[in-house]
Amino acid sequence: MRFPLPNPSAIFTLLLCIGLAIAGIWVGDNVNLLPIDASTNAPVYDELFRVLFIIGIILFVGIVGLVVYSLVRFRRRPGELGDGIFIEGNLPLEILWTAVPAIVVLFVGIYSYDIYDRMGGMQPLQFNGHDHHLMVSEERIFGGIGTGAVEASMDQLNAPLPIEVTAMQFAFLFHYPKGDILSGELHVPTGQPVMMRMESKDVIHAFWVPEFRLKQDIIPGQPTILNFTPTKPGRYPIICAELCGPYHGGMRSTVVVEDPDQFQEWFGKNAKETSLEA
Amino acid sequence: MTISIPPTSKQPQESIQPRGWLRYFSFSLDHKVIGLQYLVCGFIFYLVGGALAGAIRIELASPISDFMPRDVYNQVLTLHGTIMIFLWIVPVVNGAFGNYLIPFYVGARDMAFPRLNAVAFWLIPPAGLMLISSYFITGSAQSGWTAYPPLSISTPAAGQIIWILSVLLLGGSSIFGGINFIATILKLRRPGLLLMQLPMYCWAMLGTSILVVLSTPVLAGTLILLSFDIVAHTGFFNPVLGGNVIVYQHLFWFYSHPAVYIMVLPAFGLVSEILPVHCRKPLFGYVTMVYSIMAIVGLGLVVWAHHMFTSGTPPWMRLFFTIATSFIAVPTGIKFFNWVATLWGGRISLNSAVLFSCGFIVNFVLGGITGVALAQVPFDVHVHDTYFVVAHFHYIVYGGSVFVIFSSVYHWYPKFTGRMLNENLGRFHFFLTFVGFNLCFAPQHWLGLNGMPRRVAEYDPQFTFVNQLSSVGALLMALSTLPFLFNIINSILRGKVSGDNPWNALTPEWLTSSPPPVENWLGDPPLVTEPYGYGITKEPNVEDLTEGDNTGASTK
Repeated sequence: MRFPLPNPSAIFTLLLCIGLAIAGIWVGDNVNLLPIDASTNAPVYDELFRVLFIIGIILFVGIVGLVVYSLVRFRRRPGELGDGIFIEGNLPLEILWTAVPAIVVLFVGIYSYDIYDRMGGMQPLQFNGHDHHLMVSEERIFGGIGTGAVEASMDQLNAPLPIEVTAMQFAFLFHYPKGDILSGELHVPTGQPVMMRMESKDVIHAFWVPEFRLKQDIIPGQPTILNFTPTKPGRYPIICAELCGPYHGGMRSTVVVEDPDQFQEWFGKNAKETSLEA
Repeated sequence: MTISIPPTSKQPQESIQPRGWLRYFSFSLDHKVIGLQYLVCGFIFYLVGGALAGAIRIELASPISDFMPRDVYNQVLTLHGTIMIFLWIVPVVNGAFGNYLIPFYVGARDMAFPRLNAVAFWLIPPAGLMLISSYFITGSAQSGWTAYPPLSISTPAAGQIIWILSVLLLGGSSIFGGINFIATILKLRRPGLLLMQLPMYCWAMLGTSILVVLSTPVLAGTLILLSFDIVAHTGFFNPVLGGNVIVYQHLFWFYSHPAVYIMVLPAFGLVSEILPVHCRKPLFGYVTMVYSIMAIVGLGLVVWAHHMFTSGTPPWMRLFFTIATSFIAVPTGIKFFNWVATLWGGRISLNSAVLFSCGFIVNFVLGGITGVALAQVPFDVHVHDTYFVVAHFHYIVYGGSVFVIFSSVYHWYPKFTGRMLNENLGRFHFFLTFVGFNLCFAPQHWLGLNGMPRRVAEYDPQFTFVNQLSSVGALLMALSTLPFLFNIINSILRGKVSGDNPWNALTPEWLTSSPPPVENWLGDPPLVTEPYGYGITKEPNVEDLTEGDNTGASTK
């Protein structure tokens, strides 16, 4: 059986597809829908986003184009009677559009696995808060993301900075075990990995910093871990992303990413003297 | 001793059933009456849910919480979600069109269990009224339609318990319906009618009903445990008593992800009925359509944890559910390509039914693409629980299912009433809805990517303009129901008489009078083995197509 080709020839169709692909890539490269990236895994995320955005644009414009073209070209003109062409199916075509999405999906899956691995998602979670070594082994600790950077810089001068996060209706509390600092704002230095152990006092909350491209629920009864390495100084919002009650929308805080010097200044000013040695 | 049954034994039962408009307010056993009861009842709840959506968009037109108190806002968003899912889309795409069409499609005079059918419908109005009235009595549930503990345990108990009871009733209604559809499709087929000759909507409903029967009881069990936690202070999900909040999420999404397919698979089926009629072409790839429905049913049961990527799920689980979820795109993609191929080479009447169906294709493709993106763990950890997700699922359930409901109303209205709807008003309705919908939800993708979480009454002032844009879209959507309502009511009163088969359709529901008689056909049900046999008898009327060689297409 022959599939009736549209008036534009096969070559023209091919050119159209190539044009669409190029346009999709151009849009993906030039349209930025994301906020600035301020952690080590944000550029990795943006890479994945760009690829998904390009594939999405090509598919969307392609299918919508086909629908609109069909509606215009095959519309019933006034006075026209009779039926369309009797085509019940076309096996090669159907195999084609089973195989193509399968390959695209497979590619996207493998690619996003790679991205996930680069973000450190596949590494075992750990938290090295100095007075928590025992607790970690006793408790069930639940997943986060972003341990990869921590592993890499373990031996560096600036060891990972442990922070304990407590979430409650409707605030975040940040505790720095090293200096015994309790803060409502999260202060972190650039370039140093941060390891957060998060616990909720009441309902489920979530820790989200859009500029870090990271989110992790904070779950009562089950501590969660989230690691990241900030890269760009600035003040970014910390947003609770899980409905937690009437003031959920107001449950926000700020993460202040500072140069290491400024951070040390802040840290020294706030640290309890007795624990400075620790 | 022999018992002879007098031939008139069926008569008394029939006379109990009221006639005329009164039967729509009765415990009628007629599947057509029940179908329209579902449809009208669902539409009334849609108006309520839509008003709540309007309240949400008014609140979000400004970055501060100024339109209603914060706890009322949470009640409103909980009611909006619950009403739209459990009282509008699920009952209408399943109950309304399923009840009306399935007996016709299988060549039966009614559903397999007419009384169960009526019970299933009559559970809905009390459940819906209970849910809505809870707002006026004690304040309704305010933990979202997901009712995650411990929030659902710590918010005021009365509203949450009423919410649980009404969802249990609605789930029960859905299960009854599902059992009925499976029995009707498998056991009530007219002799001689093979499964692979059924119209596609039967397959969609068979798949959906399997999902309903397998997954809804899990939700029921979960909610019963949750209610124990609330009223009897048990500790299934209460972390203070050693319970596990993540277990609730697994159980909840084991139903609530398939619920998405319970809302869209019937819509897929309905589109597969509507497009061939108005394109005058057979449905492209019947067999692959059937297989892809069943593939979606199978995969749909093993993807639930993609709603929990940030809930502290271990890496292996994140990966498994990423892959399973991504692969749903393959059977879904097949269906969309097949619909486009159904349009290709047709004689498409650009009426309201076709416009809404094509609007569905466009919207759903976008929703599907963002869905595949959301299935990727690293992508999801940024946008989970943000407006990106809100945009995504509204593209699926509104841009998808609700567009199909409108399309179906335009297509089957002559069957329901014997009168035509006004096409110009219908097209106006389509354009208003399509523009309003996309204006409302497309910008929300950006909002989510840039840092606006969902379910908030207040937000960062930098998002004000885009939120106002979205609110204007919502206003257009609200206005778009006016021409629709006017059209529906006006056409009942003085619409053009349609005749029995205004679309010259071949599916069995059109091969009887419009509206149909009580037992569907006056004589025996017709045997329709080619429900999409358009274009078989070639009319020598192809010269309007620009190429003459299209006539060479295979003809049976």
